[in-house]
Amino acid sequence: MSERKIDEPTGVETTGHEWDGIRELDNPLPRWWLWTWYASIAAAIVYWVLMPAWPGLHGFTPGILHQSDRVKVVHDLAELKALRGAEAAQLQTASLEEIERDPKLQAYAMAAGQALFGDNCATCHGQGGTGGKGYPNLRDDVWLWGGSLEQIQHTITYGVRTGEPGAGVTLMPAFGRDQMLKDGQIDDLTEYVVALSRRPANRAAVARATQVFAEQCAACHGPEGRGDQTKGVPNLTDGEWLYGSSREAIRDQIVNGRGGVMPTWGKRFDPQTIKALTVYIHANAGGQ
Amino acid sequence: MTVVIDRTKGQPARAAGEPVSAAARVRAKAARGGGLYQPRVPIYPKLVHGRWRAIKWAMLILTLTIYWVTPWIRWARPNGLPQQAVLVDFAGGRFYFFGIQLWPQEVYFITGLLVMAAMALFLVSALFGRLWCGYACPQTVWTDLFIYVERAFEGDRNARMRLDAAPWSFDKLWRKTGKHAVWLGIAFGTGGAWIFYFHDAPTLIRGFWVGQAAVTAYIFCALLTVTTYVFAGFTREQVCIYMCPWPRIQGAMLDQHSLQITYRADRGEARGPHKKGETWEGRGDCIDCNACVVVCPMGIDIRDGAQLECINCGLCADACDEIMDKVGRPRGLIAYDTDAAVAARAGGKPAVYKLVRPRTLYYAGALSLVSALMLWGLTHRSVLELHVLRDRTPMYVRMQDGSVRDGYTLKIANRTFYPQTVAVAFRGLNGVQLKTPGAPATTGDVLVTVEPNAVRSARIFVIAPPGGPSGDTPATFIVRDRHDRASAQTVFDSGVPK
Repeated sequence: MSERKIDEPTGVETTGHEWDGIRELDNPLPRWWLWTWYASIAAAIVYWVLMPAWPGLHGFTPGILHQSDRVKVVHDLAELKALRGAEAAQLQTASLEEIERDPKLQAYAMAAGQALFGDNCATCHGQGGTGGKGYPNLRDDVWLWGGSLEQIQHTITYGVRTGEPGAGVTLMPAFGRDQMLKDGQIDDLTEYVVALSRRPANRAAVARATQVFAEQCAACHGPEGRGDQTKGVPNLTDGEWLYGSSREAIRDQIVNGRGGVMPTWGKRFDPQTIKALTVYIHANAGGQ
Repeated sequence: MTVVIDRTKGQPARAAGEPVSAAARVRAKAARGGGLYQPRVPIYPKLVHGRWRAIKWAMLILTLTIYWVTPWIRWARPNGLPQQAVLVDFAGGRFYFFGIQLWPQEVYFITGLLVMAAMALFLVSALFGRLWCGYACPQTVWTDLFIYVERAFEGDRNARMRLDAAPWSFDKLWRKTGKHAVWLGIAFGTGGAWIFYFHDAPTLIRGFWVGQAAVTAYIFCALLTVTTYVFAGFTREQVCIYMCPWPRIQGAMLDQHSLQITYRADRGEARGPHKKGETWEGRGDCIDCNACVVVCPMGIDIRDGAQLECINCGLCADACDEIMDKVGRPRGLIAYDTDAAVAARAGGKPAVYKLVRPRTLYYAGALSLVSALMLWGLTHRSVLELHVLRDRTPMYVRMQDGSVRDGYTLKIANRTFYPQTVAVAFRGLNGVQLKTPGAPATTGDVLVTVEPNAVRSARIFVIAPPGGPSGDTPATFIVRDRHDRASAQTVFDSGVPK
């Protein structure tokens, strides 16, 4: 510390520091400033008593208010559920068409559906619902099990190939693996399926496979290969391929005959949740 | 560090005794070694009568009336919207001001209002000094009101000083208790009125008394009660000196031509006591009676010149005029005057007053500009607004027939108080169809109904036939109702690389 210096014009002692000729006066603080400090200390002590404050070996001092953010979150969630009650109740009574047409119900279903889809469906169908190999695209206008509101609701509720009552059961046979067809027949059939989607194919092979298709495939896929939505049989003429469009992918599917599984969501969700999800998917798809 | 600005340098040394202004007393005490902390020196402003005091009373009544009456003014709005003329509706995200209602997105109007207020303050300060501080600032108004109550219970300056010095007695007790009770009442009324600006006043006042109001209402009422009680009752001038930034900023607004409360030293010096019958020759008009000092609510001596503490309220001018009348000298020894005028008269030249100066022109120009912009903005404000969010997952969807569909979420804001049906159109791509959930695709416009005073989030799909342009095509969404129109730019993704 430097020696005591008095500022000439004001007669006030300075701190003794000097910057470029500017000195700082050492005026006393106003008393209320001190009181504010004491008040802060008092407030801190009150806080210790009221709120969780001091850590210990096995937890912490809970404070007499027993404030807990965890408890508050649970409480808030319950409140939120009660708040949503009105709209949720309307979802229960309104038909799917009414929900989609009414601006308020639609907005509620879309918001709820988006969250539900992200949490439950996006894992397989993708965040945007565009699917992937083995998982159907839900945004276009090609549907395995039907794209109307009621059909979508049914598919979500019962699922696909889960073994639960109501769920779809049809399965493509593994023509190659189970040696139902010979390798040459499968090669010809592959060409036939390529030709169905209006792509250039080996004419001789297509001609050879015509009878095989009529015998083995037409029962499910139809004589023209247009599929059947009531049984989840894909349309082979629409240019959409669940397991890939290349000759190798088509041949692989004829050999191994895979079929995807979708959970029975009716066991996990209540009907109005499924309704919200249905409207969300239908509204975002190339609706039917 | 707080700095007590001292302008006593160069003043004639006081002959004997203590300095008279409170600020000077603070300094004197500090010089004697007052310790680390400075107790507030109580100020006992004496009651004064006169022109400025009358204006101050009028301003007090006017501003307090505005404050207490405004939330109770009703204003008819349709469709279940608030019926309160002035309402800051945080829950609903709206600000209502008579015929105007602002949305949070239009906060720039508030910014403009604040800029206007700042410019007006600059202009007034450059012309007439701190009129705001002296007459209209809530700190001044409520302090004035509290001093009025104090005077009613404890008497004027001398009685109050005696009472504070006296030992506790029944008389002192009931006077002090009464004063604090009324102060708390006013403070509660102040805090209570504040919350009415944020909630429908008649509903809130009923809920408030039966414990049904929101917790925030009680918290803010208590907060404003405490701050009013403390700021107007106890800290008073310390708020202006230590807490408020404006006294420090105003130094940049004032110049030697700014009118402010001025002790006309050219006329007053040399000061000194004057006995009746003595000559006024060879001396100034100031009789050193300290009338200007004892009335000052800031505890300063105006004869020290313009200073940070002075709020320009003119009470010292009133006090001095009274004395000048008594001693038979002309009024206006302390008056609204400029430094330049005082200097000119001291030099024997006539005083010149310049209200029109570059500085005042700049401030007036800036104020007019901002006001004009605000007015233009308010009158040309669109009641329909559109924002478009393009789907990112997926960017596009290809249909069986080769057509491409892009999804968009339209945020359509309807700022009117009535439901509006808007027609949504898509421009930039030929032959497209629009589709919204719940309705079939159409080549025309899609109709969307938006609730009054609300934003509707609408899903719109644009379907382009096969064979359209590749790459991204710039496009525009247009929404129209009967009166208004809004548009937003977007892009149509064909899904085919360019």
